[in-house]
Amino acid sequence: MSDMLTAAFLSALISGGILAGMPLLFASLGETISERGGVLNIGLEGMMLMGGYTGFVVTLYSQSHWLGLLAGAGAGLITALLMVVFCVRLGLDQIVVGIAILIAAGGFTSVLQRAQFGTTYPRLDAMSAVEIPLFAKIPVIGSSLFAQPAIVYVGFALVAVLHWVLRSTNMGLNLRAAGEKPEALDAAGVSVTAVRSIAALSAGAFAGLGGAYMSIVGAGIFVPFMTHGAGFIGIVIAMLGRGRALWVVIGSFLFGMSVSLTTALQLVGITVPIDVVNMLPFVAVLVVLVIFARQAYLPAALGLPYKRGIR
Amino acid sequence: MVATVVTDVVSTSRAVVRGASAAKAGTSARWAWLWSLGQAIGPILLALLVSAALLLVLGKNPLTFYRDIVSQGLFNKGGIQDTAIRMAPLLLMASGLIVAFRANIWNIGGDGQFLLAAALVAGAGPPLIGALPNALAFVILCVTAVVVGGGWTVVPAYLKARYGLNEIITSLMMTFVGVNFANLLIKGPFRSTTTQVPQTDVIPFKELLPRIPGTRIHVGLVLALIAVFAVHYVMTRTAFGLKLRVLGANPRAAAHAGLSIPRLTIVGFMLSGAFMGLAAAVEVLGVWGYVRADWNPNFGLPLFALVFLARLNALAVIPLVGFYAVISMGGHFAARQAALPDDFMLMIVGLILLFMTLTEYLAGRSERGGYLSAGLKKALGKGGGDE
Amino acid sequence: MTNGTPTHIETMTSDLLQADGVRAGATAGPIGPAVEVREVSKAFPGVVANDRVSLAFHHGEVHCVLGENGAGKSTLMNILSGMYKPDSGAVMVEGREVTIDSPRRAIELGIGTVYQHPTLIPVFTVLENLMLGEGVGVRLDVEAGLRALDRFAKTLGLEVDPHAPASRLALGQQQQIEIIKALWSGSKVLILDEPTSMLTPQGIEELEKVISQLRDEGLAIIFITHKLHEALDLGDTVSILRGGRVVGSWGPDVVKTKSRSEMQALIVGAMFGEGGGSLEDVAEVRDGVTGRARRRGLPPEPVLELVKVSVEALRGEVGVHEVDLTLRRGEILGVAGVDGNGQRELAEVIAGQRSVVGGDIRLCGESIARAGVGRRQSLGLRYVTDDRIGEGTVGTLSVGLNLILKRIGEEPFWRGGRIREEAIDQAACDLVEGFDIRTPGTETRCGTLSGGNLQKVVLARELSFDPKVVVYNKPTYGLDLKTTLAVRDRIRDLAESAGVAALLISTDLEEILDLSDRIAVLFRGRITGIVDNAPGVERHVGELMLGGDRGD
Repeated sequence: MSDMLTAAFLSALISGGILAGMPLLFASLGETISERGGVLNIGLEGMMLMGGYTGFVVTLYSQSHWLGLLAGAGAGLITALLMVVFCVRLGLDQIVVGIAILIAAGGFTSVLQRAQFGTTYPRLDAMSAVEIPLFAKIPVIGSSLFAQPAIVYVGFALVAVLHWVLRSTNMGLNLRAAGEKPEALDAAGVSVTAVRSIAALSAGAFAGLGGAYMSIVGAGIFVPFMTHGAGFIGIVIAMLGRGRALWVVIGSFLFGMSVSLTTALQLVGITVPIDVVNMLPFVAVLVVLVIFARQAYLPAALGLPYKRGIR
Repeated sequence: MVATVVTDVVSTSRAVVRGASAAKAGTSARWAWLWSLGQAIGPILLALLVSAALLLVLGKNPLTFYRDIVSQGLFNKGGIQDTAIRMAPLLLMASGLIVAFRANIWNIGGDGQFLLAAALVAGAGPPLIGALPNALAFVILCVTAVVVGGGWTVVPAYLKARYGLNEIITSLMMTFVGVNFANLLIKGPFRSTTTQVPQTDVIPFKELLPRIPGTRIHVGLVLALIAVFAVHYVMTRTAFGLKLRVLGANPRAAAHAGLSIPRLTIVGFMLSGAFMGLAAAVEVLGVWGYVRADWNPNFGLPLFALVFLARLNALAVIPLVGFYAVISMGGHFAARQAALPDDFMLMIVGLILLFMTLTEYLAGRSERGGYLSAGLKKALGKGGGDE
Repeated sequence: MTNGTPTHIETMTSDLLQADGVRAGATAGPIGPAVEVREVSKAFPGVVANDRVSLAFHHGEVHCVLGENGAGKSTLMNILSGMYKPDSGAVMVEGREVTIDSPRRAIELGIGTVYQHPTLIPVFTVLENLMLGEGVGVRLDVEAGLRALDRFAKTLGLEVDPHAPASRLALGQQQQIEIIKALWSGSKVLILDEPTSMLTPQGIEELEKVISQLRDEGLAIIFITHKLHEALDLGDTVSILRGGRVVGSWGPDVVKTKSRSEMQALIVGAMFGEGGGSLEDVAEVRDGVTGRARRRGLPPEPVLELVKVSVEALRGEVGVHEVDLTLRRGEILGVAGVDGNGQRELAEVIAGQRSVVGGDIRLCGESIARAGVGRRQSLGLRYVTDDRIGEGTVGTLSVGLNLILKRIGEEPFWRGGRIREEAIDQAACDLVEGFDIRTPGTETRCGTLSGGNLQKVVLARELSFDPKVVVYNKPTYGLDLKTTLAVRDRIRDLAESAGVAALLISTDLEEILDLSDRIAVLFRGRITGIVDNAPGVERHVGELMLGGDRGD
């Protein structure tokens, strides 16, 4: 096989990995925050769809990708308000509410899409790439890693910020306490409700951003249910990442690459049926879960509502 | 057994009333039934109300929309038969969900188990039915579907039993894999040579499951009803059912009582999957006769709401599934009239589920316990402690 | 009365223990109480936990609040620490009426609390636990935290590794951290809720030292306990709660002048009213309980033998290592030890809920190491778990079904795979009567019963149908006095009259001294010694609880 083909293969693998990995990254960062705070957000995928649709529509009419991405994050945040009211405030079952959000948001965005666009699927312009000087000139990986839309760099910056917040701030300490032992946080004089609300809302905003990235930057169109399980893969990545931002990044891009692997293979002449392509990330998740099953660590109070005086 | 089931029906309705009176201590028992009915219907009404508001915003007439649903799904001679036919797979899948949920196993992967079984039945059906007597072929196909559906749960069941891995995630992953795998089968080995679109060979209409005389409704509905009663009997009367319930209510107590949690988890999970598979067999052999690639009726997720609303009581599921079948069949028609996707009904179901948690919360303020436990009939005594 | 004007108290992390103003006040005689409650009432559905309680807590004084379980002590404490809001009445801090509507407010007012249940987060380090909730800025100020911790450790004479995870510390150390945490932002009032329940006699001595030191520094200490001798040992002021009311309160003028036995008589009179005399032999009331002599003439044949039994430790546990124990017919063998030293592991391996990694377990000479829970159950080996809500019962099932929970599918309750409700009802009614379970009926949901009645359900199930050996794990934990006594009587009766051997695992040393023939001590999953019960044995047992000698 020629070097040129290998280079094309690698380049396709990496840029495809970023393309498919970014939404996973955003989603799993959101779920990480939420899980650390003790809120299991099963409705992540629903929030992604809300973000994806809203972001798409805003971009379409405003012609601003950034406005669209922001609107997507906002839509996710508003959807997460349901989690805050139902699960954090009222202490209702996080799994049932999560599934409800998942179903309702999926149906809702599908209905809106049809009502607004009928059976047409308008396309957005691609978000322009920003080249990082020097780095972008690195052969093979340079053009795929360092010539990305600016939002990709923003994503990496968010990883760094999150890492710092979880490790070295009071908020991060409170967040982890809310997930491990909320009664201890309460006894220390911090409102568990407030901390968990912030966690749930951040998760929504991140998921919305991930969905918006998917529709605006990734696909350029919105198709109902286009997330296709990405939210759940995000949940798995967050579980395996155990609150460590760097692992979340690695996990996201590994899964992203498992998606782009098939596209990259096609470049070198190996055709893979679309169903195998679609199946691969989920098989990968299962394999990873089987191998690392013992290592998935979840906070002690994850999924449990907190009510003062009831232990 | 029939006699017990009949007495069960009676005692269930009594228990519902009794439970409700416990729920609203102080309210006169005369109004208790209303309260309990309200708890089941309230979320539905709220969801329909919110959906109506959305229809208005979208510039559609909600009254027309809902009238279309009812007239097509309930008051149309053909429509009501379609509704009854749709109930068959839904009842079977609901039975599977009840078995799982009672044991606190969240089998979210019903659609994957269903579709994979459907693909195999549709692939193996035409040659088998051609070669064997119909009855024998049906039995073989149903058994195949049961094995496939149950088998597809082995991975999540094992991971849960062995490592305590959350089955919501794993069974859902298995669904995605299963849906795609089913497609691969249909586009590959099972692909019909006679059609343009990828699909399996078609079982001739007259070779499908026999109809109930005088109707278009196939006997799968009878099978489904029998399954519902059987599940109810097993869950309430047998040692196995009680073991599953103990596991679901308090796994540590189950271990304390010497029950084998891994075994119960795996058996319960597989049983649940088996019902999903049977549902697929009934749907394919009774209605379609073939499966097209990318076909996915998404029966699974909406059923959660119904099963919870029924408080995991198999008998109470029947009217609720009936209701959903009307929505689903009539809704298809109504949505087409309004130029909306069928997913509108999905949204309604999501909202029902959401509002259900809310009504449970309101009910829970006067009585402790939620939908996962409150359905345990007879166990409901007086609310509150005695200290 | 100034209404609700919040008194601003400076956080005084740095000068907590020099607290000059406070000490001067304490020695300079009459200034107002640090904290006072006036006519405070709090009701929960079905029970009045505090009924017009009025008490004053002074600087430089240890105020013991004494009462049995359910007397309302914890409710009062939770009101002061901001966890509960009182229904009526006033709370005064430094003479001003305040509203303590959150733990944050209590901390701001200088009220620090050491809760009965540990509030340290196991996966956090010591420093992280201490700094939780205290930070003002965005960034965690680790240096400032380290400095503060250093100061506390020096003043209290403690050695602390700030970066050790809390789960690695011994319980005594954990409690010291809890105390530092309560003092962290400059508290002037320290509430200790049943602080000795998990400590060894030696650990209690250390705690007493720390308490006296803090008292001398001018803090107001509120010491909540249900043990009379602790109140006598520590209290400058002693108050008694009973049924939510203050039924007696004696200040230093009385406590210091009366003799110990006079005080004891006063307190017992208040706690149990006129008829209290008959209850005097209760461990909780007795002053400094000591062992009783071992019974003679127990038959020699062993019913339960553990030979070098080892169990794998799960997360956060110590496991069990090469434990040898022999239990004879009719014998009560107490297993003492500080909580978390392998008690649960030991109980569960005997019951069959965990697998044996090494060694053998024999019941009447026959190895049962490979037998499951059900098989051991039917052979007459029973287990009364320490977690009656989480493990012992299924709250959503009826009392009747809970009573036969370990016989699901067995005759006569099931026949031909079908449940026989009449048989279950019959058996359940008998047990409800025999064990005096207070329930509206056998159909009642078990989760609605009180703790004491739940324990009776568990006991009824385990002690019926021909028991031979019973493992009791903390059988009276959290029960009120009357039920505690009834349970202890039953354990004793069953052993003495029916010859049912008992392995009594308890963290309550007094209970073990009261009931046992012999006492084995568990430390970090090993038996550090087995001694015959006798008067004066508690000191030796206490040493063994700390891992002491391995003799005997």
